Amino acid sequence: MPSTPKNTISRRSFFKTSALASGGILIGISFLNSCAPSTEVPVDIADITFNDFNAFIRISNDGKITIFSPNPEIGQGVKTTLPMLIAEELDVAWDNVFVEQGKLDVDNFQNQFAGGSNGVRMAWLPLREAGATARMMLMQAAANRWGVEVGECSTSEGIITNAKGEKLGYGEVVLEAAKLEAPTEISLKDPADFKIIGQEIGNVDVEKIAQGKPLFGLDFKREGMVYAVVMRPPAFGQTLVDFDDSETRTVSGVLDVIRFEDKIAVVGKNTWSAMKGKRKLKANWSEASPAESSEGHDQALFALLDGSQFETMRMDGDVKTAFAEADQVIERTYESPFLPHNCMEPMNFFADVTADKVDLVGPIQTPKGTAYEIAEALGRDMSTVNMDMTRMGGGFGRRLYGDFAMEAAQISNLAKKPVKVVYTREDDMTAGMYRPAVKYRIAASIKDGAITGYHLKEAAVNGNMYSLIPNFFPAGSIDNYQVDVASFDSNITTAAWRAPYTNFHAVAEQSFFDEVANALNQDPVQLRLDLINKAKGTLDPLRTYDPDRLIGVINLVTEKSDWGKKKEGVFQGFASYYCHNTHVAEVAEVVMRDGKPFVQKVTCAVDCGVVVNPLGAMNQVQGGIIDGIGHAMFGEFGFENGRPTTDNFHAYNLIRMNDTPQVDVHFVKNDIAPTGLGEPSLPPVGAAVANAIHAATGVRVSKIPFAKNMNPEVLA
Amino acid sequence: MAIHELKINGNRQSVDVDDDTPLLWVLRDEMNLVGTKYGCGIGQCGACTVHIDGVATRSCLTTVSSIGDKAITTIEGLSADGKHPLQEAWKSCDVPQCGYCQSGQIMTAAAYLEKNPNPSSDEIRQAMHGNICRCGSYNSIQKAVETAAKS
Repeated sequence: MPSTPKNTISRRSFFKTSALASGGILIGISFLNSCAPSTEVPVDIADITFNDFNAFIRISNDGKITIFSPNPEIGQGVKTTLPMLIAEELDVAWDNVFVEQGKLDVDNFQNQFAGGSNGVRMAWLPLREAGATARMMLMQAAANRWGVEVGECSTSEGIITNAKGEKLGYGEVVLEAAKLEAPTEISLKDPADFKIIGQEIGNVDVEKIAQGKPLFGLDFKREGMVYAVVMRPPAFGQTLVDFDDSETRTVSGVLDVIRFEDKIAVVGKNTWSAMKGKRKLKANWSEASPAESSEGHDQALFALLDGSQFETMRMDGDVKTAFAEADQVIERTYESPFLPHNCMEPMNFFADVTADKVDLVGPIQTPKGTAYEIAEALGRDMSTVNMDMTRMGGGFGRRLYGDFAMEAAQISNLAKKPVKVVYTREDDMTAGMYRPAVKYRIAASIKDGAITGYHLKEAAVNGNMYSLIPNFFPAGSIDNYQVDVASFDSNITTAAWRAPYTNFHAVAEQSFFDEVANALNQDPVQLRLDLINKAKGTLDPLRTYDPDRLIGVINLVTEKSDWGKKKEGVFQGFASYYCHNTHVAEVAEVVMRDGKPFVQKVTCAVDCGVVVNPLGAMNQVQGGIIDGIGHAMFGEFGFENGRPTTDNFHAYNLIRMNDTPQVDVHFVKNDIAPTGLGEPSLPPVGAAVANAIHAATGVRVSKIPFAKNMNPEVLA
Repeated sequence: MAIHELKINGNRQSVDVDDDTPLLWVLRDEMNLVGTKYGCGIGQCGACTVHIDGVATRSCLTTVSSIGDKAITTIEGLSADGKHPLQEAWKSCDVPQCGYCQSGQIMTAAAYLEKNPNPSSDEIRQAMHGNICRCGSYNSIQKAVETAAKS
């Protein structure tokens, strides 16, 4: 979608656009008697027409602006970036902008969720239009007061100026502006005129974070609130038979023990008493049925790969014939285990369920869906449900699922008290929701030095292929091409995990092409470029990526990383990938440290269109790369007899500072409408690392965790 | 339950909790000092780091009864005005992503810089190795600690 330098749209189409793209955004203007938003006193606004305003903006009489960020903040930076879009078109100075987290508002906001790297992409036009609409109305109000045409007025940093040079601040005309009809036409700025978009704007919460101020769900408190720690079935496939809470009830501070479903909540006056009380709880569980294990998962997935029960997702040409006629067939299997999300802030949620209302507060990526589910479960009307979003100590997909919020609502409903459910780290790691285990088997046929066929088979727990993946690279580049999937149904709960579906597909595919390049004695980068150029010449309506933009990031990363220029003791690996609408290419540099491969640097080139906030964007790309390397190198999680075999960080390795490379990020500069950044840098980096490890050691690592599955004899 | 008198951020405060209550939960639930975070409860992640007599300490493994007269400093008491060189560097380097682990990172770094005011990059990486950042903000943490050390 191209950007719209002078986007003039009729009022009717404006509202239509909003509804389709990111929703009707309400402007709420609170009329202030004092200067600072923190001490603002809203005046009576009952007789003011709001329906023509379109953004969640407050303007005080001294021109201070409060912008409500509609989407939940999980560390992806939307609480800073989305208000920048509004402030840009509202034409105010960023220093005068205060940002607050908006609450769930199903009437006036849409797409209030955090996921799929969609925040900025979906908000790009609607939020700018919201800011521009408000600006037009403020200008009109000033024009009316002056008795001049609005076309004679201009704005800059919250000040309206007319042809005579007279000036009025937004705060001086806001009351009149709010009574006006919304404009039938608005113009958006030319990107060349952006003053805020493209600037390095610091995280709006950094001051509070650096001083330890309350921000997160776990920090939230309310008068009379009690704490609940929950015992859940230790194995998947178990149910609760009975339990003995006599010792639990002797723990000081324990207030109650409540059974709900197959779970037992220990309610305490503080977190520690509830945690201690749970340790004293004795429960009997049914035999796990079925009792799954990692060994069983491996056998089942290999049986699927070896079998013929596939669903074909895309088929071009005839891979069977291509393989039969090949000079050489290269085949490799790639394996990834289950992975937990391990947000640093364990799952938690506050609920206060009373006879006439349901009040929910906490860290949730899907406030709307979760509120609806809770309303339905409790048999309440949505109009009686309030949902406030706190800042989240990480999401990574785990907080797309509101199971923990549901628990809080259930317990509050039974306890008749405001309740905060708190997961221990052990609860967080063992209660479920994992990136599913998956195995890929990829084969290529080589004839006369060229790739003639490509066949990718996926065997995954609970199905793991996103429907667009079959149309990713190298679809359209290889005449005989087939993608097949098979699924093993498990009772272990699986979930989206940062860059779902693509996070390991990229590792497998981009490792495989390195291997093919080696076999063909070709430069791995040139091999990709040749294939992409081949796709470029075809008109494949299903193709997802833009060949020119993919080539662009590849060229940028090879230039910035000095690809192919030998440095003593430094070994490079390359990968490129397109997902979540963003094109990425990466070069990892491995050196041998204490006899083992160590990733010392990653160079990354990204084409996400306009970079709204370079600081936040760089953080996302760096974070995705470090996250991707950490889980590729160390991620290991299994099951025995239905139970997770790991429950805390003594046994689960998350990447730490001394394992971390320096990450050098470069953005392609263009004026194309922005796409997502929370996820796209993660998927390919595992492949860049695996390919660099091969360059350094001659060892191909194809199974996560790499650190464990690198052949120790070769590395010795 | 027993009364424990603690020296927290320069103030003497008493709290009536069980002897085995971790300092972490005393701070968070009883003192309303929620800047100190719960991450793992077993001393592996560093989110709960505070200073006890200037030494970076895991508050999740420190029982309230073991502290005695020692001085506890939390993120809230690191500086009077939020302008400790590390807090300033955290802002100028725009370190946080989700932000949850960051007070623990700052407290670990603050105690370390007291001992070693001019660390090398490698020394910083070793010193900060005990604090997990799930978002992977390590490059920026390193830069911020280097910036604070220079200021």
